[in-house]
Amino acid sequence: MRGVQKLRNILWLGLKELRSLAADVFLLGFVIYSFSFTVYSQATGVSHELRSASIAIVDEDRSALSGRFAQAFLPPFFQRPQIIPLAEVDRRMDTGRNTFVLDIPPDFEADLVAGRQPVIQLNIDATAMMQAGIGASYIQEIVAREIATFLGREAEPAVELQIRVAFNPNLTTSWFTGVMAILNNITLLAVLLSGAAVVREREHGTLDHLLVLPVTPFEIAMAKVWANGLVITVATGLSLWFVVHRLLGVPIAGSIPLFLCGVTLYLFFATAVGLLLGTLARSMPQLGLLFILVVLPMNLLSGGSTPFESMPRPLQLVMSLVPSSHFVNFAQAILYRGAGLDIVWPQFVAVTAVGAIMLAIALLRFRAALAAQSQ
Amino acid sequence: MPAGPGIASLAGVTQRYGRVLALEALTLDLPKGQLVGLVGPDGAGKSTLLSLVAGARRIQAGQVQVLGGDMGDRRHREAVCARIAYMPQGLGKNLYPDLSVRENIDFFGRLFGLGRAERAARIEDLLRSTGLAPFPDRAARKLSGGMRQKLGLCCALIHDPDLLILDEPTTGVDPLSRRQFWQLVNRMRQRRPELSVLVATSVMEEANAFDWLAIMDAGQLLATGTPEALLRDTGGETLEDAFIALLPESRRAGHRKVVIPPREEDATRIPTIEARGLTRHFGDFTAVDHVSLTVGRGEIFGFLGSNGCGKTTTMKMLTGLLPASEGEARLFGQPVRAGDVETRRRVGYMSQGFALYGELTVRENLELHARLFGLPRAAARARITALEARFGLEAQSGAVSGGLPLGIRQRLSLAVAVLHEPEMLILDEPTSGVDPVARDQFWELLGDLARREGVTIFVSTHFMNEAMRCDRISLMHAGRVLASGSPQELIQARGAVTLEEAFVGYLSDATDEAADTAEVIPPMPAGTGLAPRGAWPPLALRRLAAQAHRETLELLRDRIRLAFALLGTALLMLIFGYGITMDVEGLSFAAFDRDRTPESRAYIQAFEASRYFVGQPPIASEAELEERLRAGRLSVVLEIPPRFGRELVSGHRTEVAAWIDGAMTFRAETVKGYVQGVHESFLAEQATRLGGAAPAAASIETRFRYNQDFRSLYAMVPGVIMLLLVIIPAILMALAVVREKELGSITNLYVTPTRRVEFLVGKQIPYVVLAMLNFLALVAAAILLFGVPLKGSFLTLALGALLYVMATTGIGLLVSAFTSTQIAALFGTAILTMVPATQFSGMIIPVSALSGTGATVGALFPSTYFMAISAGTFTKALGMADLVPSLLALAAFVPVLTLLSVLALRKQER
Repeated sequence: MRGVQKLRNILWLGLKELRSLAADVFLLGFVIYSFSFTVYSQATGVSHELRSASIAIVDEDRSALSGRFAQAFLPPFFQRPQIIPLAEVDRRMDTGRNTFVLDIPPDFEADLVAGRQPVIQLNIDATAMMQAGIGASYIQEIVAREIATFLGREAEPAVELQIRVAFNPNLTTSWFTGVMAILNNITLLAVLLSGAAVVREREHGTLDHLLVLPVTPFEIAMAKVWANGLVITVATGLSLWFVVHRLLGVPIAGSIPLFLCGVTLYLFFATAVGLLLGTLARSMPQLGLLFILVVLPMNLLSGGSTPFESMPRPLQLVMSLVPSSHFVNFAQAILYRGAGLDIVWPQFVAVTAVGAIMLAIALLRFRAALAAQSQ
Repeated sequence: MPAGPGIASLAGVTQRYGRVLALEALTLDLPKGQLVGLVGPDGAGKSTLLSLVAGARRIQAGQVQVLGGDMGDRRHREAVCARIAYMPQGLGKNLYPDLSVRENIDFFGRLFGLGRAERAARIEDLLRSTGLAPFPDRAARKLSGGMRQKLGLCCALIHDPDLLILDEPTTGVDPLSRRQFWQLVNRMRQRRPELSVLVATSVMEEANAFDWLAIMDAGQLLATGTPEALLRDTGGETLEDAFIALLPESRRAGHRKVVIPPREEDATRIPTIEARGLTRHFGDFTAVDHVSLTVGRGEIFGFLGSNGCGKTTTMKMLTGLLPASEGEARLFGQPVRAGDVETRRRVGYMSQGFALYGELTVRENLELHARLFGLPRAAARARITALEARFGLEAQSGAVSGGLPLGIRQRLSLAVAVLHEPEMLILDEPTSGVDPVARDQFWELLGDLARREGVTIFVSTHFMNEAMRCDRISLMHAGRVLASGSPQELIQARGAVTLEEAFVGYLSDATDEAADTAEVIPPMPAGTGLAPRGAWPPLALRRLAAQAHRETLELLRDRIRLAFALLGTALLMLIFGYGITMDVEGLSFAAFDRDRTPESRAYIQAFEASRYFVGQPPIASEAELEERLRAGRLSVVLEIPPRFGRELVSGHRTEVAAWIDGAMTFRAETVKGYVQGVHESFLAEQATRLGGAAPAAASIETRFRYNQDFRSLYAMVPGVIMLLLVIIPAILMALAVVREKELGSITNLYVTPTRRVEFLVGKQIPYVVLAMLNFLALVAAAILLFGVPLKGSFLTLALGALLYVMATTGIGLLVSAFTSTQIAALFGTAILTMVPATQFSGMIIPVSALSGTGATVGALFPSTYFMAISAGTFTKALGMADLVPSLLALAAFVPVLTLLSVLALRKQER
């Protein structure tokens, strides 16, 4: 009997929470903005492929062959190469005008024909991490091809390497960044919404009123969790379908309902983190700082921005205890690779387990914080 | 009526907030040199009128003349605001809770440009004359309500104003402090006879002592005149009677004197409430100190005391909301346990203010609570209908409760509190801010519940006439009960005429505050101490410095925030510098070898030897290949066809397939390069070994500049510095401004000569300093902890950082100007800075590879330019000359952001 009443209380309090959210125009606007414009701009604004790389050539040879190099670097991968004198190399690279400078030595063509194995120097601005490595291999390939064509040695290699990219054949960046933007938003919003809800209720004293009713802190907290979670899940579904799939044209390999199930599990964790921060912070500025300290690492280190397996080993271990890394993992598996529950269940279990522990801690803190509420 | 021009006059003033009409075509002349009272219930429009006269609010329609000029004219407003002092409603609303008494007054002195010696002398004088002299160093937040109001008065009077505006200065203050407050105001008037005082009050009793009154209701003027004249004209005994007589017929309808029949004692039953030695500590502060009381069934028990005296805390302990530190509370003979759901079913609680859901309708609120109490559906419907009829809520049943007048909302709160037919009601100041008519109706309902249904009522109040209606009352002060008994008993015990007098008597015994205020004050030295025009430093600079000084003090007081801001950034630097890496390594790799010859094994061996790949158990079937790729356990798969070895040896062409997981595009692009590279070198080696092919015709030597080892760390650390110096300063800055809006001290911007730019820049300076400390810590961490050398000029980097944090705090200012709640500011700043800084500023992806919105956002965001400076000085050994364009771009953000913030910030409330 008490159990049924508990569930009903959670239901009704949650519905109330939804009404409050619907009345808050600013919050709604924020949710819509972050699930539409932010996702779209991140998906379209960023490119992981080599695109419009700025290259310059120092042509000390001035031969027919060196002239051909200048014609070989084509858009959209490269900007038209600029021919520059040797003296300018340092300045141009220092100011970041060119990421790559190809230096063709004097008598290059003559040495090549004579079989003296000349050396071309390629300068790379290694602070441009994302382009430097990819660009270097492109340039090496282009130069080698030009030389081979020039020497008429276009002999087929003994073994032909066929590279097939699974799940994203053309390596379109927006497929990746669009979905990752949604994931980052989910974490950001879930933590912020539930954390701010606690701090706000505390600052305005409305928690007191709830507590004199026959409802328990558990019911109040769970109502917040499900109501905020539902809003974010719905927003995620809509954003995935309309912005990512329809607007950006990203094919979705797996089952969206399965993904949303995973999102729901993850939200238990994320809203619990928010509740916990809300009880720890005494004021909104403190919540703001705590939020940054927690959410920024959760988003940046979960494998959604940088390769997870390249992080230092101890950090990988720590992050594997944080569900956001599993979240990124199963999101990629379901959405890109079309994985089913048979494949992602270990991640689901991990997210649920850590989420349950987190929720238990948050509830304990929530209850203690309510009891210790000053005056 | 007074002779000569008044201090202020309003003509046809109409002010509207949304659908609510606050003032309706109001015309009123206020006399000069007098203590003028605006009297009326909450929502009558008094506060709006005062804020218009103070220049704090923009005039929507009509004319407001103050001190001989039009308040709609900005120049006049700026000229006279130094002659006006304004204390807004709410205890210490325009004070700074973290600052001490002396620092608060000092800040206002600085704002008005008083010199150091002048300030010290005046503060001394004011502290002595208000009785605050013993606690100059106590934080404002730790003062009692009465002391807070006295401090507010000191702050208002430090610049010798000609017009003092007080908005409900004594609401929530105990009778003794109230009496002292008015004595203080009168003494100030004696010292400066030209001082005009304009006061709003809803406490009718205290208006008797004013020189001249304007009685208001629902945005309209009901009557003006001296108190005597008003009583004479209406034939009432008290001003409250006069007010009710002046109300239009429709509002008065159904009003009658409240008569609560006497209670029949039944001593046989167990007392409903029993508290023994109830005590509550908060840290080293004792909020409630050994309170004992007993309340019988059906009794109306009143609880009196000033704000912060412990009434609410006691009530919370009685309901089990708050566990007691010591002592015991029993309800219905059972000890109260925190979180005991069953007791709550027998208790109804109405908390201070309107704690129901404003966005729900009257009926929805009732229904929600019926559900939470688990009332059966049919019974609930009948009960709700009955309650709506009884409490006069039928007409508003479908109306959204937040928009209803306070009196009706309080009736709704009471309806909710009694919905489940509790045996006891605990009501915390249920009638604050409710007009006298609605208050009487409310008390009639209470009387009804107690006498007819035997409900025990425990109620706290500020109103003496309400206290007189209780069976018994307790007077509380500073956490202790001073006296308990029936109102008549208490009056007799003190030999007083009224309950108020008795209360004041008890309070005087309990405190020694009364003694110090009686000090004789010498007349103020002649000549005002305001700095003359043209003095050095100029007033504008002094006001700016005042803001900066205050913000610094507040920042230093909030240790937690300070520690987070300083250590938090260092911690994040550690995590990110260590963790964010663009290196693609440790790629899991497996082979599907369908050939199994020495050649195929050699080929696979070439991959396993590469430092980028980590070999995994081989794949046995097509299905397994599919499954392991799908599970994301493999980044690269090599598929070697049957007969690979034979073809290779025999010189026939053959092919190999490499599968790359394309889920993460950046990684896949890099992997492609790696696979190609290993493949080529295998072929070259093969050719050399077989001795068949010619050596390579030419070779390419790659030089990774600025970062020879091509390590992410060198590229990441400058980026992390950029990231941390935007997000944290911007959020702290935005919250610092919006906090003032939410907590009310923004009023000081509205009504003092402070200009917007002085306010904003003054607040910005401490945060720029804080961010620069952060910067130094981050650079030190980069060099010492991560061993990333700073190759270029430190001075250039520091100059860039200074401009950058000025711009990023500027972003915070801009966001704060648009938002009015801290949540909005936090949300807005986080989303507006986090995405551009991490995605579009060149931290992970070079700016030259951005396109579309990303490129535009990046170009319009200061981080892009600081990233160039940070990376340039750290990795490229660049100096000032190389980075001039980036520095200039950053410098351009500063005035633009400041200007936009100033334009977006309002100097007056709407």
